[in-house]
Amino acid sequence: MNTVTENEEKSSTAILGQPSRIKKYVAVFVPPLILGACVIGLWYYITFGVLAEKRRFLLRPIHSVIDVGFLDGDNRTESLNALWSSTEVALIGLSISIGLGFVLAILMSQAKFLERAIFPYMVTLQAIPILAIVPLISFWFGTGQTSRVVVCVIISLFPIIVNTLFGLQSAEKGMHDLFTLHHSNRFIRLRKLMFPAALPAIFAGLRISAGLSVIGAIVGDFFFGKGEAGIGQMLKKHANRLNGEELLACVILSSALGVIVFMIFGAIQNKAVGRWHEANSATS
Amino acid sequence: MDTGLSTSTSLSFDDIGMIFPDGTEALQNITFELSKGEFVTIVGPSGCGKSTLLKIASGLLEPTNGTVEVDRERLGYVFQDATLLPWRTVSKNVELLTELHGIDPQERKKLVEESIKLVKLEGFENHYPKSLSGGMKMRCSFARSLTLKPPLFLFDEPFGAVDEITREELNEDTQQLFKQEGFAGLFITHSISEAVFMSTKVLVMSARPGRLVKQFDIPFEYPRQPDLRFSADFAELCGEVSVALRGSHS
Repeated sequence: MNTVTENEEKSSTAILGQPSRIKKYVAVFVPPLILGACVIGLWYYITFGVLAEKRRFLLRPIHSVIDVGFLDGDNRTESLNALWSSTEVALIGLSISIGLGFVLAILMSQAKFLERAIFPYMVTLQAIPILAIVPLISFWFGTGQTSRVVVCVIISLFPIIVNTLFGLQSAEKGMHDLFTLHHSNRFIRLRKLMFPAALPAIFAGLRISAGLSVIGAIVGDFFFGKGEAGIGQMLKKHANRLNGEELLACVILSSALGVIVFMIFGAIQNKAVGRWHEANSATS
Repeated sequence: MDTGLSTSTSLSFDDIGMIFPDGTEALQNITFELSKGEFVTIVGPSGCGKSTLLKIASGLLEPTNGTVEVDRERLGYVFQDATLLPWRTVSKNVELLTELHGIDPQERKKLVEESIKLVKLEGFENHYPKSLSGGMKMRCSFARSLTLKPPLFLFDEPFGAVDEITREELNEDTQQLFKQEGFAGLFITHSISEAVFMSTKVLVMSARPGRLVKQFDIPFEYPRQPDLRFSADFAELCGEVSVALRGSHS
């Protein structure tokens, strides 16, 4: 006897059909390249067409930013060292958020009572404007690296908790019934059902939190300047000295850091869930 | 619950009643036995409590009245949806229940291969559920339960979401497996022809609260061929079930 019928196989093959690679790359890369070219054009227009010569320090032309901010050896070294310091802070803060967020979300997924107890405080923590607690952080943790990490954790924790919890609760009732029918304990259910089902949501949370932890590192650095200078301190210094090129170079580096972190988590997500997750395959 | 089953009985309902916490009475005085070697299908209007009865049989719900006797150790259950885990390939999905039951990995592999062959999914072992058609997903779900070689299968309207041709093919394969593997089956459906084609017995339930109002013994020999559906006897039986079903609505 043959395997699945022709009828079933056809519909399966139709689902598997993919657009050609070139079309896919064009669809992915061309729109942002066009928009990028428009932004650069607008940038030059504002610098040379809108701003008077003596006010051009407000928006230096892009080639000048590259010359002074990136090609000048001293400036480049200083900016990259600051960027590395902020990256370290962001990574430490993000790691703590991931660990703490996972533990809290798993606890909340296991007992409604814990979810009801913990969740309001998480929402409150998220709602507090970071500027409002800067003095408190500085009071408790000083003005060094620890305080910067604390800012990162406060900013990046919430999306990890919310997304992980949402993911853990996302497995369908029928799947839970299947595990109930076969007498699975909590741990097996968590390991074989809830955690894998949560992966797409977890990665969505990680991507958001990764970006936020970079923002947290820069904001923290802005306020807590003791110790090794991060990119926040560089931004502050160049803004105070009206160093337009260096300032813009630092902004570009900060953005690049955020984008790189976002892309790294996107690539990990693709590797982990891309083969089976419906939404992932639709967008890849 | 698994006490007192005679050697020839797979499942026994005795005066089952079910009232949900919101006061809805879903089932009333359901009493019947499913013997080994029987394939019983329950038909009834929507909302009459057919799925509730299956959940009670499986232990997912406790009845508010009456007793169920069934061996739930290796129960086969095919849900309305295939309930495949999307992160697992076909073979890993089929393997799931053997993992949950702690079966040795070597034995698991053998059982998975056998079950995939039985449901004719060879060649699709490494496919993920998202690339399978509705019919193939149901086959995979069926294979998952077959790995445990269950003496009793509960089917909760499993083929309701597939197209007519695929549904007929799945009906033919299910009745073949029923004879080949020797399990007892309790099947829920809205389709009268599906019920008559596969079953040894068809039970008709009334509208809510669900009660058993009529029983039909189906005399056709197994294995049943597709052209049975075009025979006069088949059409006559379907007509009788249909009349009983219409009567159960009133």
